[in-house]
Formats: sequence, structure tokens, C-alpha cells
Amino acid sequence: MKSDSRVQLNDVSYSYEEQAAPALSGVSALIQPGEFVAVLGHNGSGKSTMAKLLNALFVPTEGNVVVCGYNTREEKLVWEIRQRAGMIFQNPDNQIVATVVKEDVAFGLENLGVPTEEMIPRIESALSAVRMSAYADKAPHMLSGGQKQRVAIAGILAMEPSVIIADEATAMLDPSGRKEVLETIRTLNRQKGITVVWITHFMEEAALADRVLVVTDGQIKLSGTPAEVFDRVEEMREMHLDVPHMTALAGELREAGMPLRPGILTVEELAEEVERLCPLKSAT
Amino acid sequence: MLNNITMGQYYPVDSRVHRLDPRIKLILTIVFIVIVFIARTFLGYAVILAFVYLASRLANVPFRMLLRGLKPLRLIIILTFLLNLLFTTGETLWLEFWIVRITKEGFMQAAFYSLRLVFLVIGTSLLTLTTSPVSLADAIEILLTPLKKIHFPAHELAMMMTIALRFIPTLLEETDKIMKAQMARGADFESGNLISRAKAMVPLLVPLFVSAFRRAGDLAMAMESRCYHGGDGRTRLRVLKITKNDWIACGVMAVLLALIILEGIFL
Repeated sequence: MKSDSRVQLNDVSYSYEEQAAPALSGVSALIQPGEFVAVLGHNGSGKSTMAKLLNALFVPTEGNVVVCGYNTREEKLVWEIRQRAGMIFQNPDNQIVATVVKEDVAFGLENLGVPTEEMIPRIESALSAVRMSAYADKAPHMLSGGQKQRVAIAGILAMEPSVIIADEATAMLDPSGRKEVLETIRTLNRQKGITVVWITHFMEEAALADRVLVVTDGQIKLSGTPAEVFDRVEEMREMHLDVPHMTALAGELREAGMPLRPGILTVEELAEEVERLCPLKSAT
Repeated sequence: MLNNITMGQYYPVDSRVHRLDPRIKLILTIVFIVIVFIARTFLGYAVILAFVYLASRLANVPFRMLLRGLKPLRLIIILTFLLNLLFTTGETLWLEFWIVRITKEGFMQAAFYSLRLVFLVIGTSLLTLTTSPVSLADAIEILLTPLKKIHFPAHELAMMMTIALRFIPTLLEETDKIMKAQMARGADFESGNLISRAKAMVPLLVPLFVSAFRRAGDLAMAMESRCYHGGDGRTRLRVLKITKNDWIACGVMAVLLALIILEGIFL
């Protein structure tokens, strides 16, 4: 089954109630194995709905969602899909079930009916992958938000998924917690080749992805590498999305007549580009 | 303050009693309750007292921790004693003045009833002091499993207990936060009579309930996304095993039961 760990959305629409305006309409996307895709959108854009469709928590009103070769429409396959496409939610407190960290990591395995002897090494390796081994016997309420999210990631990881969906997993964290969670996921993506669908409204996070999908009003409006997407400053503004500060600054400098290259996302990149154009004179 | 609350009254030390299988401990506690009820002489209660004292020593739990459980019940115990003392009719008159008649039978009955209450509390405290609530939930789940045949939700009950335990600290923290937020808006939780204080609780309880329901919804979704589908086909990380220690504990309890029964027959 590993051969097909793609995530496909084929012309997917979803409405919460029958008459209501659809939260998603006619969305198609193909996410390749091992890709790190950021889904960017403001509140109410439909990005969270998209996350829940990928995990078979919601079944599309129209169209098909195919995860790792399984169509989410088929009820018998629900557990197969959820095992392969693990999901991390926004609120770190509301996704931890057990009173001890390692028991929470075991929760998914217990549900899958994994024998106890096999559980222990899987829990240990999942906790060490998120660097939480030292906290295995702690109570979850003693941990920081970032640590709780890492425990949640470990809980998913123990189930050996091929896709991890993070539905605004950093939205409730402080900057340091946000960084530690994002780094954990990024490492898992690089080292284990786990496909990541990273749903967020933070531009800086989206900038780290391989590809960005911009969702507004239930549709994918822009798609491409972070550099490609953020260079379309005007379109992004129209969708009430801010581009990263450096990209915006580069855009303004370009308008003012500086021939900067497109695709600038970070301070370092802008500094480098400015230095290339106007080299510092060492002699004064 | 919230970081070091202990769950229930669990006394977290390591001992032979702590390490007993929670199922065995639960069953033995029930047997102990039966023993307390069949004891009929002061000698019997002395034996039970000795047993409880030795058990608390073995469990590394200070005996006064066991007695602490009596504090909230002291009124009931005193009342039980007095009512039985004053209103039991008996033959052997010990003391009589005004309308009060104290008889030997009355005193005996009063003493036994209150001793029973005392030992009930002490015995069950010994269980809750040495068993973490989570293992207790496990034990209840396994012991109730046979009732699944008549559709008793044993697994669901245990799952609810575990989740409740998991969320107690979270909700306490939240209560603290809401209380501070409402106090910042001028709410007064501390003054006034009972009724106005109860009324002051409304702006605390409403947000707390709303948030608890939202948490429940979120948690249900998170559990589903981690393949939770009830107790069927579920394995467990914590496997309960009956060891030699458990058999010894059963043996000791059997001896106590035998002693109390024999004492009831021959004395």
C-alpha cells in the first residue's frame, strides 16, 4: 500500500447543511508522496473543512477524496484511511485522551488492536522522534502547549502514517512552541518521507513548505512554490492575506525601481539581493 | 497551585500493596466490607483493627492518612452512636436519669454500628490511597466485562472515567482563568450570603459549561481520527497481571475472614 501514498481531491465540494453555501466548491488537488504542502487561507476560507475531508471525518457532498488509494466514501475503509492519514488539531488540550503521556501515544495503537509487546517499541520510537522520550511518564497537563502538540504528533506517528495533516496545529501556541512543532514536522517530512498537509494562516510557516495552496471562499485560488505565490502581492492582498514582510518590502522596492529578483521570502534573501545590486564599498 | 494537585486521594509511594493488581484489591476490599459486617465482638474488631494497621504499614501509608477519611463523616458517626445508644431498648440497665435510659444492649449496638462505619471508611480509603484512579478504572472495566452480555457499557464507563480524570486539571485551570477574567470585570465571588454567592457562580459556570461542551466535541473528533471505535478489538498498553503477591494478599484476607467467622460461632 506504500506504493500509493498520494492524496487526491477530485472536484470536491462540501456543504455543512443542505441549503447552506458550500464551504468548499470544486476543489481539485494532487499531493505527491513526501511533499510538504501548506494550505493557506484566512478564517472561514474552507481550509479546515479541507483537512477534515482528508481524514474521512467529513465525506464530500460531491466529488471524491482519495487518500493512499482509498476513497473516503467507502465506510469500510475509514479506519484504513485514518491510520494512514493522521491528523493533528488546533487545541493541544482537546486531543489528549490519557492521563499519562505514553498512554496517550498508545491510544491509537490500542484502537488498532496492536499487540502489547509491539506497542512498547513503537511508542518509544515515536516519542524519541518528537524528542519527548524524557516525558513518557509525565501527566499531559504539566506540559507546555508545544510539548502537548509534539505528544499529539507522537500519537499519530506511532500509527505509522504516510500522511500527517495538521489543522492549524500551531495557532494556539506561543512563538517558541510554534517553532518547535513546525521543526518537528519538517524533520519528519525530510527524514521519514511523510507527506505533510500543513493548514495554517501564518505566512512564515507557509513559506517553509514545498508548495502552497491558497484557499479562499472554498476554492484554491493560487498554487505554486512559496516564492511564486507570495510574489503575487496584489492578488494575495485582494484575498485579505498578507505576504511575508520581506516579500512585501521587495515588491515595494521593485516598484520604486530596484531590479530585485522575484521570490524573496526572508531577511537573508533580501539582504543578499540588495548587496548584489549595490555592493558595499569596503573603502570609505 | 494547579500543577501539584493529586488525583483523588492517591498516595503515590511504592509498596507491595500499591503493586497489587487493582482487580484483586477491589475484590478484597469488597470481602473486607463483608468481614466488617459479620464481626460481632470487640475481639473481632480488635483483629480487624490490627489487620488494617498492619496493612497500612505494609502500604507505606501513614495511619493518620486513613483516619483523615473519617473527618467528613464524623457527624454521621457520632449521630449513629448517640441514636443507637439512646433509642435501643434493652434489659440490662446501666444508667437512668430524666428520660434517658442507657442499657448495655444499647451501648453494644451503638458501638458496633459506629465501628462498622469507621472500618468501612478506613478499608475503602486504603484502596483509594494505594490505587491510582486510572488503574481503578481499568479494574472496574475488566471486572464488569462479563456484564457486557446484558449490554452493560463496561468499556464506555471506564473510558468516561479516564477522560474525566484527564480533564479535571484542564477544567480547574480553566475555572481559575474564567474566575480571574470575571473578577477583572468586577465580579465578586467572595462576599455576600449564600444565595448571592451562588448567584455569583452563574457567570463562572456558564462559560465553563460552554467550553466543556466544545472540548468534548473536539475530543470526540480527535478520538475518531485516531481510529477510536469503541471497545471491540481493542488491545491495551497496560496489561494487568496477577502475581504471587496477589495470591498472598488473597490468602491473608481468607485467614481474616475465617477468623471472624470462627469468632462469631465460638464466642
